[in-house]
Amino acid sequence: MASSQQYDERLDSRRRRGLIFSGLLFVATVFGLVVLITLIVDVVMQGAQWLGWDFLTRFPSRIPERAGIKSAIVGSIWMILLTAGISVPIGVASALYLEEYAPRGWFLKLIQININNLAGIPSVVYGILGLVLFVRFFALGRSLLAGALTMALLILPIIVISAQEALRAIPSGIRESAFALGATRRQVVWSHLLPMSAPSIMTGVILALSRAIGETAPLIMIGALTFIAFLPTSVLDPFTVLPIQIFNWTARPQADFQSLAAAGIVILMIVLFLMNLSAILLRNHFEKYRSR
Amino acid sequence: METNELNVSMTNGQAVLQEAKVLVENLDFWYGTNHVLKDVSLDIRANKVTAFIGPSGCGKSTLLRCLNRMNELIPGTRLEGRVLIDGRDIYRNADPVMVRRRIGMVFQKPNPFPKTISENVIWGARVNGYKGKENDLVEKCLRKAALWDEVKDRLNAQAYSLSGGQQQRLCIARTLAVAPDVVLMDEPASALDPIATAKLEETILQLKERYTIIIVTHNMQQAGRISDRTAFFYMGELVETDATDQLFTRPAQKRTEDYITGRFG
Repeated sequence: MASSQQYDERLDSRRRRGLIFSGLLFVATVFGLVVLITLIVDVVMQGAQWLGWDFLTRFPSRIPERAGIKSAIVGSIWMILLTAGISVPIGVASALYLEEYAPRGWFLKLIQININNLAGIPSVVYGILGLVLFVRFFALGRSLLAGALTMALLILPIIVISAQEALRAIPSGIRESAFALGATRRQVVWSHLLPMSAPSIMTGVILALSRAIGETAPLIMIGALTFIAFLPTSVLDPFTVLPIQIFNWTARPQADFQSLAAAGIVILMIVLFLMNLSAILLRNHFEKYRSR
Repeated sequence: METNELNVSMTNGQAVLQEAKVLVENLDFWYGTNHVLKDVSLDIRANKVTAFIGPSGCGKSTLLRCLNRMNELIPGTRLEGRVLIDGRDIYRNADPVMVRRRIGMVFQKPNPFPKTISENVIWGARVNGYKGKENDLVEKCLRKAALWDEVKDRLNAQAYSLSGGQQQRLCIARTLAVAPDVVLMDEPASALDPIATAKLEETILQLKERYTIIIVTHNMQQAGRISDRTAFFYMGELVETDATDQLFTRPAQKRTEDYITGRFG
């Protein structure tokens, strides 16, 4: 009986510790939110005077009143679509091979370690690779295609890893029962594994592309231009993207260009938000497949 | 086609000439360096229910998975010996996809696909190139699995909306849709309540008219209720195999007796 009483005595202090713990978690969340909101409010207030239809539909200019962000928006959209078109099929295919087909062994482990390391390499290094390989060796020049290929390399490891994790999360019973019915591996992959992992793969793709849309360094490395007063008509045309345009404006001494940069950041955030929103909608659509 | 292999087995002193549907000869199996099946030889007869019993880790599920080459899907396994179905070696000059179609399997946990009830039944047939009317096949298989009356009004409902017992019978229907000869069942009732188990056992008894059934079970009453023959495994070895009523009333081996009377395991 004495021991039972001893446990009850500790109850108050356990409850107190629980409260302190949840309080700390709350403070951590609020800290992040406050910093983020301050940043957004600051940027929006600074850029508000330029935001408008004219800003979206004009090309960059030396005169702040005439400057717009049209070529950068179009460049970013081209870039993201091309990058996704290149990296998603290759990434998902690699993940499928590594998870479902490749024979287990030390070689697979070596490849796996390398993919994980590639995800951590600074983006500027990818820029150097892109410059040597795509701009010079394949002679694609400072084109959209060269930029998209470089970006695709940059986000490929993220897509491969997230797709691998999505495939691993599928219950083994699905694979086993499909094989037990006399299905070939290809049939198991197309009928079950891809549809079931699609929502998680999509999440990884959203994260990867969100990173790609904000990347500046690799594109500066491969020589994306900062002043483009026309729209690209093919993938071999020179281009600029939102973060580069923003970088260009912030580098100028005039205060007007500083606030133009703020307006550009607002546009970049809106593009990012719209992209994530559409990807989430797409993911929810796929998720219906495995609704219980 | 090759002729069915005939083999003579001794049952309680009487020589009985029986067709062996499945013949296991000197089978050894390893997971890595772990020797889980040791020189197992066994024959399984057509249109009978054969139960594999034994304590956990005795190799009975592994043997079951050797019979349709499911074990190959696990990396690092090795097999020696022969498994013959209708006299034909399923490991030499045989396509595992064909082997698995002919030897169906129902798993421990009900694992329907995240699709509708009718799609669950039809998928296996479709990937194997089924050309007939899909609705007819769905009805036929669901009837054989004793599930038709419960689901005929909601064939397009998600399979996950069914109860555990219904899901397991759906998995049986799905297996029957690819027209197997042999159906392997790996503790199919272990996740089910007693009523669902009774219904499943009833289904199994109906199925043996057309199929050869091999069932792994931990439940000795269940083995007694539904099986014609029982094989007792211990530590990777086949200790004894006999007609079920013989094995349970007059086991030849001391270890079998100890196990079925509950002295270990």
